[in-house]
Amino acid sequence: MSPPVAPAGWSRWLVPPAALSVHLSIGQAYAWSVFKPPLESSLGLSGTQSALPFQLAIVMLGLSAAFGGTFVERNGPRWAMTVALICFSSGFLISALGAATEQYWLIVLGYGFVGGIGLGIGYISPVSTLIKWFPDRPGMATGIAIMGFGGGALIASPWSTQMLESFGSDSSGIAKAFLVHGLVYAVFMSLGVLLVRVPRSEKPVEGAPSAFQGPQVSARGAVRTPQFWCLWVVLCMNVTAGIGILEKAAPMITDFFADTSTPVSVSAAAGFVALLSAANMAGRIGWSSTSDLIGRKNIYRVYLGVGAVMYALIALFGDSSKPLFILCALVILSFYGGGFATIPAYLKDLFGAYQVGAIHGRLLTAWSLAGVLGPLIVNWIADRQEDAGKHGSALYGLSFVIMIGLLVVGFVANELVRPVDARHHIPAPREETADVERQQPESA
Amino acid sequence: MSNDSSQSPPDRRPLIAFAWLWVGAPLVYGLYELVQKATQLFTG
Repeated sequence: MSPPVAPAGWSRWLVPPAALSVHLSIGQAYAWSVFKPPLESSLGLSGTQSALPFQLAIVMLGLSAAFGGTFVERNGPRWAMTVALICFSSGFLISALGAATEQYWLIVLGYGFVGGIGLGIGYISPVSTLIKWFPDRPGMATGIAIMGFGGGALIASPWSTQMLESFGSDSSGIAKAFLVHGLVYAVFMSLGVLLVRVPRSEKPVEGAPSAFQGPQVSARGAVRTPQFWCLWVVLCMNVTAGIGILEKAAPMITDFFADTSTPVSVSAAAGFVALLSAANMAGRIGWSSTSDLIGRKNIYRVYLGVGAVMYALIALFGDSSKPLFILCALVILSFYGGGFATIPAYLKDLFGAYQVGAIHGRLLTAWSLAGVLGPLIVNWIADRQEDAGKHGSALYGLSFVIMIGLLVVGFVANELVRPVDARHHIPAPREETADVERQQPESA
Repeated sequence: MSNDSSQSPPDRRPLIAFAWLWVGAPLVYGLYELVQKATQLFTG
């Protein structure tokens, strides 16, 4: 499939909603927990078993983004969005069959394996195209799309809950809910498939720089550079630090203020988790757009450096001031979201727009590791401290020290990022772009 | 020679408005639900 080239006069402001239609859909993955209790009660599953479809989906996200990125670059965003639509929706339809027949392995296969491929391909599908359409504001453009991934759970969580209330929480109700999800997401994502276009020329905007300005590096070449691995460490450390709070947000705020005169109720803790989701989403668009103004290296200095300071403030004074605890946690989560959203533009600055989608896909393996590392550190340490008879904020002190250390490692990795050596540059990176006006070069 | 007016690109504004509404409406719903829940931090 050749990439769909924009006709004359096509507006670049049609591309972000195309990207959002995909990201808002696949962001549903973070609302999987809505299905866990009904699956456990209707199919007799343990908590670990009911988490399996989500865990497999996240593993498949990382793998398909890493290994499918080159195909996405070669075949274009419409192909990628079509694959994402088919896989993500089919995943739900297979799961519906699994729930209806009470065959849990079909739910794992459908949602986890097939749907997970849709997550990975869908996640990277619009990145390269957005950067080409918005060479003047790549951070903002990719921030909008990646904000959608955070927003997807905000939509799916109440929507899925209401659907289960209507259809019932038995296997038949779950099957109907899966079926509706598959069909509705297919329709919703089709907007992206229909609208997405690659620009006709390297300069889709009058007066803006070309996305192909500067050195271009292939995906295969990029993974051989120290810059790629420095950014891999930066992303891994930033995500680990964010997940460290996100994973245990509700019990953490409850534990922190359990021994004070103003303990936190269960519903207030749920409100805190919701507020963190808002900060995560706002950080994606806000901080990523800011990076267009102050530069990518500087914004990561803020994420990692100020993030470490926020963790230190929580560790030192968090249990004495609820507003301070909440404020610091919100800032950390906004940096977590910002780190995800800014990384494609950072990659574009270093490696050019040539295969930035494929490079981004490979970098997302850092997310897979961080997704395991962050919760592991916080949960394991909290359990050990509890065994040792500690309680309240003392359960998390050591975790916070480790998080500060990880952020410092990320900060140093960011400082080590330098322009890519010329031996990695490719001379003619144009054959895979839809540059139909290249034959009529504009004056520089 | 072709007619200049026949070559002018179509007005994309209605399509842009539709596309943003398509993704904006569910996002507003999600944000509304989020705000409802987040207020529990201060009232719960």
